[in-house]
Amino acid sequence: MATTPTSSPLHDVRDGDPMLARPFQIRRTRKDTYDTVSLQLKPPDGDDGFPFEPGQFNMLYAYGVGEVPISISGNPAKNDSLVHTIRAVGAATRALTSLKVGDSVGVRGPFGKGWPVEAVAGNDVVVITGGIGLAPLRPAIYQLLAHREEYGKVVLLYGARTPEDILFRRNLEKWRSRFDIETALTVDRAARSWKGNVGVVTQLIPRAVFDPLHCVAFVCGPEIMMRFTVMELIKRGVAENNIFVSMERNMKCGIGLCGHCQLGSSFVCKDGPVYCYEDVRDSFRKREM
Amino acid sequence: MTKRQENIAVLESEGLGYLVQALIDKGYEVLGPRIKDGAVTYDQIETVRDLPIGWTDRQEPGSYRLVKSGKKTYFDYAVGPHSWKKYLHPPETRLWEARRDEQGFTVIEPERETAKKALLGVRPCELQALAIQDTVFTGGPYLAPGYQERRSNLFIVAVNCVRPGGTCFCASMKTGPKATSGFDLALTEILESGRHYFVVEVGSASGEELLSDLPTKVADDAEKEAAAKAMERATAKMGRELDTKGIRELLYKCFDDPHWQTVADRCFSCGNCTMVCPTCFCVNVEDGTDLSGQQAERWSRWDSCFTRDFSYIHGGSIRFTVKARYRQWMTHKLAYWLDQFGTLGCVGCGRCITWCPAGIDITEEVRALRDKEQSEKVQSV
Amino acid sequence: MENLERILSEHPFLEGMDVDQVQLLVGCASNVFFQANEFLFREGEPADTFYFIRHGKVSIETHVPQREPIVIQSQDEGEILGWSWLVPPYRWHFDARAVELTRAIALDGKCLRDKCEQDHDLGYEVMKRFALIIAERLGATRLQLMDIYGHNTDK
Repeated sequence: MATTPTSSPLHDVRDGDPMLARPFQIRRTRKDTYDTVSLQLKPPDGDDGFPFEPGQFNMLYAYGVGEVPISISGNPAKNDSLVHTIRAVGAATRALTSLKVGDSVGVRGPFGKGWPVEAVAGNDVVVITGGIGLAPLRPAIYQLLAHREEYGKVVLLYGARTPEDILFRRNLEKWRSRFDIETALTVDRAARSWKGNVGVVTQLIPRAVFDPLHCVAFVCGPEIMMRFTVMELIKRGVAENNIFVSMERNMKCGIGLCGHCQLGSSFVCKDGPVYCYEDVRDSFRKREM
Repeated sequence: MTKRQENIAVLESEGLGYLVQALIDKGYEVLGPRIKDGAVTYDQIETVRDLPIGWTDRQEPGSYRLVKSGKKTYFDYAVGPHSWKKYLHPPETRLWEARRDEQGFTVIEPERETAKKALLGVRPCELQALAIQDTVFTGGPYLAPGYQERRSNLFIVAVNCVRPGGTCFCASMKTGPKATSGFDLALTEILESGRHYFVVEVGSASGEELLSDLPTKVADDAEKEAAAKAMERATAKMGRELDTKGIRELLYKCFDDPHWQTVADRCFSCGNCTMVCPTCFCVNVEDGTDLSGQQAERWSRWDSCFTRDFSYIHGGSIRFTVKARYRQWMTHKLAYWLDQFGTLGCVGCGRCITWCPAGIDITEEVRALRDKEQSEKVQSV
Repeated sequence: MENLERILSEHPFLEGMDVDQVQLLVGCASNVFFQANEFLFREGEPADTFYFIRHGKVSIETHVPQREPIVIQSQDEGEILGWSWLVPPYRWHFDARAVELTRAIALDGKCLRDKCEQDHDLGYEVMKRFALIIAERLGATRLQLMDIYGHNTDK
């Protein structure tokens, strides 16, 4: 089964200026970990929600500091709350994560192609994430669970650096208590007080229960984690065209015009960020592409 | 045969001044070649006397020189360091500004440039570059802000190249030396047996309209023949070629070829080639504020894939070696571009060769890769 | 013993092994269990056993002075724990602690070592399987060392 991520210009993108940021007010903030914050944004008055597809991203602008691509991490069925989960690693992300309720964030988007959640109905779905990679996959998990009866087994494997780095603990606890999703998490290192798994996320793959012949995998994390994860999935018999990965490249415009995010012939911002592994296999193998 | 080709006109050299004036009278800002800082650049033209009359150029890999020809020609030189890109895709553009207020901030849309511009002396390779930019900026799902407004208000006077520059290779790229489309008027400058005139082809209704105001006559067979001969001579004189046969496959095959390292050993990664290239379109998007923080701005500025920052993501640069950056530039031009936009990203203008401080020659590099590929084939037989 | 034989012969780790060879292993096997926080083995002690974990979770730890022990890896149900019994000097490199009540089949490594010496076909079958486990652990450790989720992984 070959599926391609669906494109979703939900409005006519040729209308208006795609480089204009719209100020959205922060409705809520949540400190997910010591370096990661989720911002819930309110679309400006007169807007009826903010439709998006799981895996799509927005360009978020911190006034005067800069703009960065951030995946939407909220529930796609809840249009009124637009959530982004941001890890403070640079100037713009530090500025965004220190904003408060009532402050404004410039928003452009949604951009890019997301996870083909609807297209893979009928299969087992294995979601494998590492680090902040859980954020762009949370909307997909929400959508899978909202239409749970349309899928076979649903498995979430999540690897974090340490127990302190684990995102969305409340979600994880809820999902672990459900019988219709298998959730396993592991950390790279931990002190003895941690009762869970220790080891890299790839080690969870042989233990997970799914049918490799009727299984679609959504993988998101650092590129090196995705490389090893894909290797492990192939080892278990998952077909290359049933594996989807989310690529990260430098993005300045989000609309395929600034050239920064090029990955071979494609522009990650508009042809990705989610790709069928079959289509980006080369970039996993070739250096500095 | 189109009607236009039947209708080829002749404008005596003195008539060029009328053409410039007619454009100005129609409200166009006329932009054309002018000498500045020892090179032919593009700038505003008020009269034909602003043109580089009697000048020609000597171009070689890594070298550019203007010399007096002693002739009365207006266009006896090839392209210089500028391209028309600077008018259609300006080196820097303010995308918007924002002001702080109680709600946070308000974004103010920029005013769009709507001035009518006439480009005088657009070379055939540059017409192709314009066509490529049209695809890049308006062919995708999103339109580049402001591009269409700038593009739709143009009048284009092309000039065919009767003398190729020292680094030109348009004939092998099938983009020149003669313009075939994309212009309002196309001129071929002829200076023969003491007679100096232009053979003029019409490419559009507005071109036809403008021409009707000028003192022209219908070209006779001898004049048409002179123009055709000039084109033949130019093609024959072109010193370089780039063999585009199977070029995409060649570059994909050569991704890991050690030859990239030998280019990288010479390359300064200065980005000159990207700045002078008429099709390179990459920009950076930069944000800033005034000192008080009350006003913020976003600018788009030309960027180059030869910088390390270009591919920076958290953790480091994707293309951190010069080798990878040169490979990216050339592979983009000659392979990825075909997948992305359906054409090559190179028009054969030779600017990247002339303005490379190391004299790296894209045609030579393609040949080197091709030769290696060929010899490997022979060895494996 | 019949029960142990069934469990071992069905375990993926021994898949493809001769019935006779599995018999030899059964001869070295016994059922064990550990309460939460009980140690299966400790660093430096003679390594004479390995385990098929049947239920529970074991963490492999190392002791760092002046701080809580660091967990390097956890082993779950269905996995094999311990390979130091196979290579000289036959001593454990780390501590293994039951995180929760853990049941396992313990195999006497010393006994198996001797049998492998006598029967090189058996020795090769055992070696092959443990080489895979050691390679997997090494791969995982390398990935762990890269600290892929950390800040500033460049420069």
